[in-house]
Amino acid sequence: MTAELESVGIGRFGRRYPTMAIGGALLGLVVLASLLAPALTSYDPLKPSFSQRLAPPWGLGGTRAHLLGTDNLGRDILARLLYGGRISLALAVTAVAVAGLVGVLVGLAASWSGAKTDAVIMRVADVQLAFPVIMLAIAIVAVVGTNPLALVGVLALSGWVLYARAIRAHVLTIRRLDYIEAATTLGASDLRIIVRHVLPNTVALILVIGSSQFATMVLLESGLSFLGMGIQAPRPSWGLMLAEGRDYLSNAWWLATAPGLMIALVVLGANLLGDGLRDLLDPTLRNVERL
Amino acid sequence: MRVYVLRRVGQSALTLLGVSVLVFVILRVLPGDPARMLLPDGAPESAVQELNRHLGLREPLAVQYLIFLKSVFRGDFGQSFQYRAPALQVVLERLPATVQLTLVAMLLTVVFGVSIGIVTAVRRGTRYDVAGTILAVLGQSLPNFWLGIMLILLFGVALRWLPTSGFAGWTSLILPGVTLAAFPTALVARLTRSSMLEILHRDFIRTGRAKGLTERSVVLWHALRNAAIPVLTVIGLQIGALLGGAVITESVFAWPGMGKLIVDAIFFRDFPVVQAVLILSATVFVVINLMVDLLYTVLDPRIRYS
Repeated sequence: MTAELESVGIGRFGRRYPTMAIGGALLGLVVLASLLAPALTSYDPLKPSFSQRLAPPWGLGGTRAHLLGTDNLGRDILARLLYGGRISLALAVTAVAVAGLVGVLVGLAASWSGAKTDAVIMRVADVQLAFPVIMLAIAIVAVVGTNPLALVGVLALSGWVLYARAIRAHVLTIRRLDYIEAATTLGASDLRIIVRHVLPNTVALILVIGSSQFATMVLLESGLSFLGMGIQAPRPSWGLMLAEGRDYLSNAWWLATAPGLMIALVVLGANLLGDGLRDLLDPTLRNVERL
Repeated sequence: MRVYVLRRVGQSALTLLGVSVLVFVILRVLPGDPARMLLPDGAPESAVQELNRHLGLREPLAVQYLIFLKSVFRGDFGQSFQYRAPALQVVLERLPATVQLTLVAMLLTVVFGVSIGIVTAVRRGTRYDVAGTILAVLGQSLPNFWLGIMLILLFGVALRWLPTSGFAGWTSLILPGVTLAAFPTALVARLTRSSMLEILHRDFIRTGRAKGLTERSVVLWHALRNAAIPVLTVIGLQIGALLGGAVITESVFAWPGMGKLIVDAIFFRDFPVVQAVLILSATVFVVINLMVDLLYTVLDPRIRYS
């Protein structure tokens, strides 16, 4: 698989796997722009400039000084988008990693340690799934506060079930395969079988879930920030910028439009990348989204 | 059959018990001083003491939980101090608005999701397929709060065709309904497509065509019926997503339902209401999914006997 990847050039790769190429490019572009924020803009995303309030974007009555215009406090929207991306993306990546780690461990435990543990874990997963994610998230954030650690916790809490269920289902099928039985017969320990034989077989699944879950996490984080339960003002966050822009729809529509486009680009990119990865790594995973 | 039904009902009851444990942990164990949290700011010390006694907050956790469970069973979620009424009553008053919105979104989802799925599967590889697939990918990527705001901008602010907030006749339902339905419609469309594609080259479809059935009858009666099972599961699960989506959609459109209620309640730190909304929405979700599972046994006789 990797050999195949290496042997095709970028152009041919794009033609062969268009979804993945487009998705990866979109996502890569936003990530890169956020990382390079200080180099791309000289504006401070936090510093108000009252003489510059609500300047329209360049080409729509604005100047090149503020390409995407300014907000109600005269802050440059492009700068706020780029710096806001750093926070949103970092939160989403961390949450996906934590959810993945917990979910994979729980999924392995459920599939490996007998019917009783399995039943208990799956019931816990059911309980978690019974709540609309965002309701649970805002309730927890309301109690423990909106610090970044709590946000990552809440996001990860909403994500582990998907991994756990998928890994469990996957492991239950590969457990019965001959090479696992062979390893058991040869006297390999459970730990060794899991680490050497089972985990490598779940990498594709984990990658596929991870990339589409990244999209969900970005949506959830920006949704929380939009409701005022995520990143707090004056720090820039796409969801929060959208909420702030809502009050200026009739006279400054760009305030709410720009951050929404950024969220949509990231989510679209991650979804396409996930779809492409799924088709490339393992076409039999086509039904993962049903879990 | 009976064993299956009993087992599913038992599982649901267990899930609901788990739901109560989780809500108990969030609202009674996580906060340092739950009584103070459940009371309005500046409540007198005597009120705090009184609530502590009422909720048994000085007792061990297990006893506290049993007291909590008993009050939940009695429908006593505490007193909303924002509305000065029992929390359950406050939530139930908002329930119809959310049900109305969810039903409209559900209807849109099923009608458009399933039709787009069928068309893209039957006309695989044509322009319809490409257009439908692009629409579905976009539907899954646009954040619903942004979609809602853009719809307000277009149809409310620029064109002035539709009402954008509150509750004023059936036209008020259009924008929030579309906003809420976008994501699940896309999901259902993609799922129907892949499910139909799997079914369409099965032998019984070929038999149907061979014995001269019309294409319409083959697709709608034979294929769709078989493709419906995974789609139905997802639609059942989407109830939860719709209730969650309603939190944001209702906030965007100032729709007077449960979603807006819980957001407002959190800002006013009206935790009795938060607690009631959490338990009620989880219960609705569990009950609907139980019904969906039982409905399968009607659609797919194999499940009855397994």
